[in-house]
Amino acid sequence: MITVERLTVAFGAVYALREVSLRAETGKITAVLGANGAGKTTLLRTISGLVAPKSGTVSLDERVLTRRKPEEIARLGVGHVPEGRGVIAEFTVEENLRLGAIVARVPLADGLDEQYEAFPVLGQRRKQHAAKLSGGERQMLAMARALIARPSVLLLDEPSLGLAPLVTAQLMATVAELCATRDLTVVLVEQNASSALRIAHHAVVLNVGTVVADAPAAEVAADERLRQYYLGMVE
Amino acid sequence: MDSFLTSRVVTDILGGLTNGAIYGLVALSLVLVWRATRVLNFAQGAMPMFATYLGMGLLSYHWPYWVCVGVCLVAAFAIGALTERVLVRPLYGKPEINPIVVMVGYLIILEAFAAAIWSTTPRSLPAPFSPIDWRLAGQPVGLSPFSLFEVVTALVVMGAIVTLFRFTRLGLQLRASALAPEVSRLLGVRVGRMLTLGWMLSTAVGAVTAILVASNFFTGLTPQLMDGIFAFGFIAAAVGGLDSPVGAVASGIALGVVLQFVGDFLNSNAIILVALGILIVSLMVRPNGLLTRSTARRV
Repeated sequence: MITVERLTVAFGAVYALREVSLRAETGKITAVLGANGAGKTTLLRTISGLVAPKSGTVSLDERVLTRRKPEEIARLGVGHVPEGRGVIAEFTVEENLRLGAIVARVPLADGLDEQYEAFPVLGQRRKQHAAKLSGGERQMLAMARALIARPSVLLLDEPSLGLAPLVTAQLMATVAELCATRDLTVVLVEQNASSALRIAHHAVVLNVGTVVADAPAAEVAADERLRQYYLGMVE
Repeated sequence: MDSFLTSRVVTDILGGLTNGAIYGLVALSLVLVWRATRVLNFAQGAMPMFATYLGMGLLSYHWPYWVCVGVCLVAAFAIGALTERVLVRPLYGKPEINPIVVMVGYLIILEAFAAAIWSTTPRSLPAPFSPIDWRLAGQPVGLSPFSLFEVVTALVVMGAIVTLFRFTRLGLQLRASALAPEVSRLLGVRVGRMLTLGWMLSTAVGAVTAILVASNFFTGLTPQLMDGIFAFGFIAAAVGGLDSPVGAVASGIALGVVLQFVGDFLNSNAIILVALGILIVSLMVRPNGLLTRSTARRV
């Protein structure tokens, strides 16, 4: 479980997050929604230690993560798939996965087999450079690379960005399945609110750095005001 | 006459290979630092020179030769690590000129310190193998056991570095840290350590080179030991591509052979002119180096 308490992040005079508190339950998908500039990416980057908060804390179960280095937080079991996927284009598919397995406690071969089984297309293209993959394949590689370390938390930043609707639907189904089968804590940041709400258990809506809604996903999806003003879901 | 010319050509090639192996090693050490931290290390010759004084100085106390070599390598690792942590780390993310100025200053300081401690008088180091050319029908062939050792050492060091980078977990983390530091940290790679390690490896490769250069009877060990060699190694690295270890060694060896011919058939004063000409022309034709893919990097 990830607990964020009264988190404030500022870049100079600009506040990206103000007193944000939320909780992502174990084995559940928590969607973080909101428009561009709402602070969603900053929230994930602060959880994984890339950004130092001005005040407030982030904890993983009982352990405080705030002020730890990103590499330590990763080693504590937080997997972060960054915006734009962060696949290393100069590396082959397998090298990307091997890099993800650096902190894994399972033997490399088992980890690779597991990911190739979950994402067969990666197995077929294991010797190819990641630069040659399509957008959807890159997203799968980025996810597989985070999962091979067997994290307990998975932070996903805009996984649907630039993907076709059908590919997005498949991806979301995979996330839902992973969450259920591995008891993962998933924090899913999305601009594409409708596809995120379809699989999320809980949803938090951010607007210019503050929480405007924190409720079960079904309630957020049904709230006409939220849909119109913050999620851009106009019928 | 024919056989005279053939033997002259063969001798030049062999002599050029030996010099080229040295240029290749200097280029390789520059590439290691450049790949890891995007710093052009102008003190790349001076740092190993210092390590060589520290290690080989023990010969005066009758330490065995190969133990002294080992001490040189340990000293090089330490100097590389300290330099990265203390001098270079504060410069990351600063304008590109900053590390250049700092490293040039560092070069001057190291050479001045070495001169103050050990004086500028050349110290002769024993060569581990005979530096006298093998002879064929009474003629020297341009290759001695020691120069063969130099070439083999260059190839072995290059092979070890390439193996480390391509086939090991550590090498994977070194490459990833250089290409995508932020993503690497998110995956649990201790990027800071990898950058330090890049500098340590580079200085150790430099120390191997400095020992070979200082073992040459005509140079000996001096504080300015690596200055001239650095210029040729730098040209080799720029021509071969600062991102390519194999390119660096290959262009170093090629440069050695070409310059040997220039010195023998043209004029030894033309060597530096031709070397700089090669640098200028190659930067005009392939600014990213001969062996690096010239595609723009996706960020």
